[in-house]
Amino acid sequence: MQRTIFDKIWDGHRIGSPTGETDLVFVDRILLHERTGGVALKSLLARDIAVRDPDHVFAVMDHIVDTFPGRTSETLMPTGKDFIVATREGTHAAGIRLFDLDSPDQGIVHVISPELGIVLPGTTLICPDSHTCSQGALGALAWGIGSTEAEHALATSTLRVQRPGRMRITISGRLARGVTAKDLALALLGRFGVGGAAGHIVEYAGSAVEALDIEQRLTLCNMGTEFAAFSAIIAPDATTVDYVKGRRYAPVGDEWDRAVRDWLALRSDAEAVFDTELTFDAGDVAPMVTWGTTPQQVVAIDGAVPAVGEIGKAMAEGYPRALQYMGLEAGTALESLTIDAAFIGSCTNSRISDLRRAAAILDGRKVAPGVKAICVPGSSNVKRQAEEEGLHHVFQRAGFEWRESGCSMCFFAGGESFGPQDRVVSSTNRNFESRQGPGTRTHLASPETVAASAIAGHIADPRKLEI
Amino acid sequence: MEPFTTFTAVAAPLMRDNVDTDAIIPSREIRQVSKSGLADGLFAGWRYLSIGERDPDPDFMLNDPALKNARILVAGENFGCGSSREHAVWALAEYGFRTIIAPSFNPIFRKNCLANGVLPVVLAASIIDPIARGLAAAPGSLLTVNLEEQILQDEVGGRWTFEIESEEKRALLSGLDPIALTLTLSDTIAAFRDLDERERSWAYSTLSR
Ligand code: SF4
Repeated sequence: MQRTIFDKIWDGHRIGSPTGETDLVFVDRILLHERTGGVALKSLLARDIAVRDPDHVFAVMDHIVDTFPGRTSETLMPTGKDFIVATREGTHAAGIRLFDLDSPDQGIVHVISPELGIVLPGTTLICPDSHTCSQGALGALAWGIGSTEAEHALATSTLRVQRPGRMRITISGRLARGVTAKDLALALLGRFGVGGAAGHIVEYAGSAVEALDIEQRLTLCNMGTEFAAFSAIIAPDATTVDYVKGRRYAPVGDEWDRAVRDWLALRSDAEAVFDTELTFDAGDVAPMVTWGTTPQQVVAIDGAVPAVGEIGKAMAEGYPRALQYMGLEAGTALESLTIDAAFIGSCTNSRISDLRRAAAILDGRKVAPGVKAICVPGSSNVKRQAEEEGLHHVFQRAGFEWRESGCSMCFFAGGESFGPQDRVVSSTNRNFESRQGPGTRTHLASPETVAASAIAGHIADPRKLEI
Repeated sequence: MEPFTTFTAVAAPLMRDNVDTDAIIPSREIRQVSKSGLADGLFAGWRYLSIGERDPDPDFMLNDPALKNARILVAGENFGCGSSREHAVWALAEYGFRTIIAPSFNPIFRKNCLANGVLPVVLAASIIDPIARGLAAAPGSLLTVNLEEQILQDEVGGRWTFEIESEEKRALLSGLDPIALTLTLSDTIAAFRDLDERERSWAYSTLSR
């Protein structure tokens, strides 16, 4: 039987089908954060159910913590401290390791997991967070769940799951200079829609994907959840092996050699059958910017807000509402939109390579007057690395705030936010209504585009700037 | 979990596609480390005139007095997309919704529904659209959901069957807790783990670091 990479990992973790329908799947690693982890741990404790294998669980503070320099457990979000304390107490009681605020390894959960080698190729990993799919970039089966399922996984080291459908998106060609995995992810959403991969595990394959480094692959897989996918995955290759080697929780010695043999066998067989196959040409992709309130409402940066007749019928439903919320009219050129703020951060685009590319654009330039510009490194390790390279000076000299790591203003939890009707160009993943603050208007883009726009004071094409 | 029984209730139409969990329960409305206290924040961005206040927006359907006791929500494509926050389902359930009918659901959201005794009914948009138009034309109309028979009925003779996995159906009907069920398989899980650890020691040995 010819199998996909997904089938190989799934079959290796399938304990059985106790009821004949859903599979009982073994979970190698569980990640928790203070937003949803505390409530799961608290609920288990209240029922007197133990965490089965605390060694396999990693918890981190990222969602609610402030990102101001000198932050403490007190947060701008009114009851944020309760979430932090509950997670601290819950992990302590269960014997789960926690990367707390003062840990050098603190950071956004999907950034620190690859960085520390917690996620390994061929493993199953879950987290009560939808962007867990990012970590499929390492060739792992990593997917997001809700709190009740997190409780199930903590209590039993397993999940009851229905086998998803298999989809392969083969991306040929190569991304042009100045075009990134973020632009590719947005272009795919624009083409196939936010329900485009519903019920499927998406394998990204093809020459354009193979050419991406791991950080770019993480960005591409990150937006798998925006596709309504079960998760996303990329077969491990030499690039993956190089990336994992030497990381904190990566195997060593003989075990490393055995692991690498196992990992490199994890590719879809030549004749493996997918339920859905899509193809896409990377060469066609330009820097992309969203104009609406779902990530599929996106155009190339030199484009304009489409007229209702120019978008598919499926997208027309929310069209008037999106235009009204965003304060836009059909035909408006994206590059003509002045911005109030620029945000570089989030599990999509806040790794060291993202910051380096943004810094290359900002170097020697200044943020336009009146634009609030913020850079939030994805992890404390990324922040330290950036500071060793002097990138923080580049950001600060340009007029960006340089923050402590966390989710920050990727989402609004009741604390810090952008203002109502503020137009924000953002390297994050969701442009939903009020996602970044009450009434805030978010335009998703790559870190390069965010940097170029911050300088110009309006949405701007990074390819037009000399680096 | 409360077992799911056949019931007849007011159905509310919310015919927007891609309703995300930030819209269902905005993050700012999740103030406690708790699964309850969320109903007030349900659809807060749409239900109230201004953020942080509680003055109802008369244009939002849930504020129609005829829909006050709605327990069935009729929705558009890709309902529950976005953040995996189970608070979205906790808020819907606490408000009173026990069934959501849509052409498609986000997979995590759908799982979260099942975990909380909320029935996600998938029907084609071509079936749902006329139902929703009927509900909008006569606010307060009732629908009947019969999970046992997998049938949805309206008051004027409309009758549709829907599909659901039999295991999911049994779980909803019995209200049994999946964690307790899986814990009965503890020895099987332990045996799997022991064997797996011998074959894939690399996935285990570094975790005590
Ligand atoms: S950075 Fe944003 S999308 Fe990523 S985990 Fe944090 S809140 Fe979620």
